[in-house]
Amino acid sequence: MNRFFADRRIFYAALALGTWVVWEAIAAASMPIFFPPPEDVARAFWSSLANGTLVEHIAMSYFRILVGWAIGCALAIPLGLLAGRSRIVRMVLEPYIEFFRFIPPIAFITLFLIWFGLGETSKILLIVYTSLFVAFINTLAGAMAVDVEKIRAAQCMGATARQTFAYVVVPATVPHIVTGIRLALGNAFMTVVAAELVAAQSGVGHLIWNSRLFAQTEFVFVGIITLGLMGFAANWALRLITARVAYRYNIKS
Amino acid sequence: MTSIRLRNVSKSFDGDGRAGGAYTALDRLDLDVREGEFFCLLGPTGCGKSTVLHLIAGFDMPSAGSVEVRDHPVAGPGADRGVVFQTELALFPWLTVEENVSFGLRMRGSDAGERAAILDRNLELVGLSKHRRKFPRELSGGMKQRVQIARALANDPDILLMDEPFGALDAQTRRRMQEEVVRIWTEARKTVVFITHDIGEAIWLADRIGVMTRGPAARVKEIVDVKLARPRPAMTPEFAEIYNALSASIHAEAEAMLNE
Repeated sequence: MNRFFADRRIFYAALALGTWVVWEAIAAASMPIFFPPPEDVARAFWSSLANGTLVEHIAMSYFRILVGWAIGCALAIPLGLLAGRSRIVRMVLEPYIEFFRFIPPIAFITLFLIWFGLGETSKILLIVYTSLFVAFINTLAGAMAVDVEKIRAAQCMGATARQTFAYVVVPATVPHIVTGIRLALGNAFMTVVAAELVAAQSGVGHLIWNSRLFAQTEFVFVGIITLGLMGFAANWALRLITARVAYRYNIKS
Repeated sequence: MTSIRLRNVSKSFDGDGRAGGAYTALDRLDLDVREGEFFCLLGPTGCGKSTVLHLIAGFDMPSAGSVEVRDHPVAGPGADRGVVFQTELALFPWLTVEENVSFGLRMRGSDAGERAAILDRNLELVGLSKHRRKFPRELSGGMKQRVQIARALANDPDILLMDEPFGALDAQTRRRMQEEVVRIWTEARKTVVFITHDIGEAIWLADRIGVMTRGPAARVKEIVDVKLARPRPAMTPEFAEIYNALSASIHAEAEAMLNE
C-alpha cells in the first residue's frame, strides 16, 4: 500500500480515474442540463478550444488578473514596508483597514463601473484594489514583526537607519511578502470572475455567464474547470519564480 | 584605565496602563569597567542586568545619571560596542554564516580584500571556517552563538557586550563555550561585559564580578575580584570559597525579594 502512494504517477492517475467515475455516476443520475457527463464537457472544451474562443477568454482574464495584480503588489509592498515601520502611518490606516477588510471587493463592482465605465479600467482597478489590500496587510504585518534584536544587531554593527531598513527590515519581511502576493493572486482570480460576470464581453467569467443564458451547462463546466487550471498554472509559475529565493528566506510552499 | 563608567544611573519605564504604573529598574547605580578586563554582571533574575547592558549598548537612554564609554557619553548604538544577544533572533536567517559575519563590514563599505581577510580570521577564531556557507538554521545552538561572537568581533569593537549568551545552551555546550570565550577574549583582547545569573559561569570567566541587588531600584551591591589563575579548573578550594560567598550574597537578595 505504501508503494502505491509512493509512486506519485500511479496515485494521481488513480485519483483522476476515481474522479471520472464519480462524475459519470452523478451525471447518470441527473440530466445533462443540470450535470453534464464528462464526455459532453470534453467535447465542449475541444470545440471552444478549436474555434479559438476559449483561448481568447483565457487571455483576457489572465491579462486583467496579471496587470491588476502586478500593479497592486507593486504599490502594496513598499507601502506596507513603510507603514510597518511608522507608528503614525499605522495609526491612521488601522481603522480603515479594519473597516474595509470585511467588505468583499465584489461589493465595489457597481461603484467602480459608475466611476470608471464599462471598459477594462474598472475591472483592472478592482483587481488592483483587491490585490493591493491583501498584499499590503501581509507586508505590513511582516514589517511590524521584525525582531527588535535584529534591528539592534544591525545598529551596533554600524548600519545607518536607511541601511537597517534596506538590509534588515526588507529581507526579514520577504516571507510575509511572498505570502501576501500569493493570497493576492487568489483574490485577483475571484474578483476577475465576479467582474466579468457582471460586466464584460470576454473573459472566462463572461463565458460562464453567457453559457448560463443559453442553458449550455457543459460550457459552464468548461469555464469553471478552465478557471481551476488557470489558477493552478499561475500559482505554479509564481512558485517557480519564488523558488529561487525560497531556500534563503526559508519559504515553505 | 576606565573603559565604561556609569554614574548615578537611574532607569524607569513608563507603565503601559495595563501592567500597572511606572517601574524603576535601576536607582542611582554606579559602575566602572576597566579597559581590557573580563567583567561579569551577576544578579538574580529580573534585577535589571540586561537594562545595564542596554544602556551601555545605547539601545536605551538612562532616566538620570551618565553612561560614558571611553570618556564619551553614550548617545546610541555604535560599532565600537559589539553585542552578543541572548538568542538567535539577533542573527539574520536569510544570510549565510559568512554573510552574517561580514554584515558590519559591508555596511561600512570596507573593501573586498580587507573584508575577506577579517572574515577568514574571525571565522577561524570561533571555529566556523568549515560552516561558512551554511545558513543559521542549519547550525546547532552553540554554533549560532559562535556566529554572533564572530559577527560582533569582525567590526573590531573596543567593547564586547554579552547578554546571557549561553543561557539557552545545554550544560556541556555551555561549558565548552565558556572555555572558548575565555580563549577568544585572550586572543582578541577586548573589554568584555558579560551578563549572567550563573555563579559558576561568572567565576570561570571574570576578572571581576559585579553583584547586583534585587530589583526594582537595583544597584551594584559589591565588586568581587577573582584572582584565580587561568585556565580555571572547577571546584578548587579557592573557587568554592568565592562561590559560597557569592551564593550567600545572591541568596540574601532572593530571600529579601520573597519577604517583600
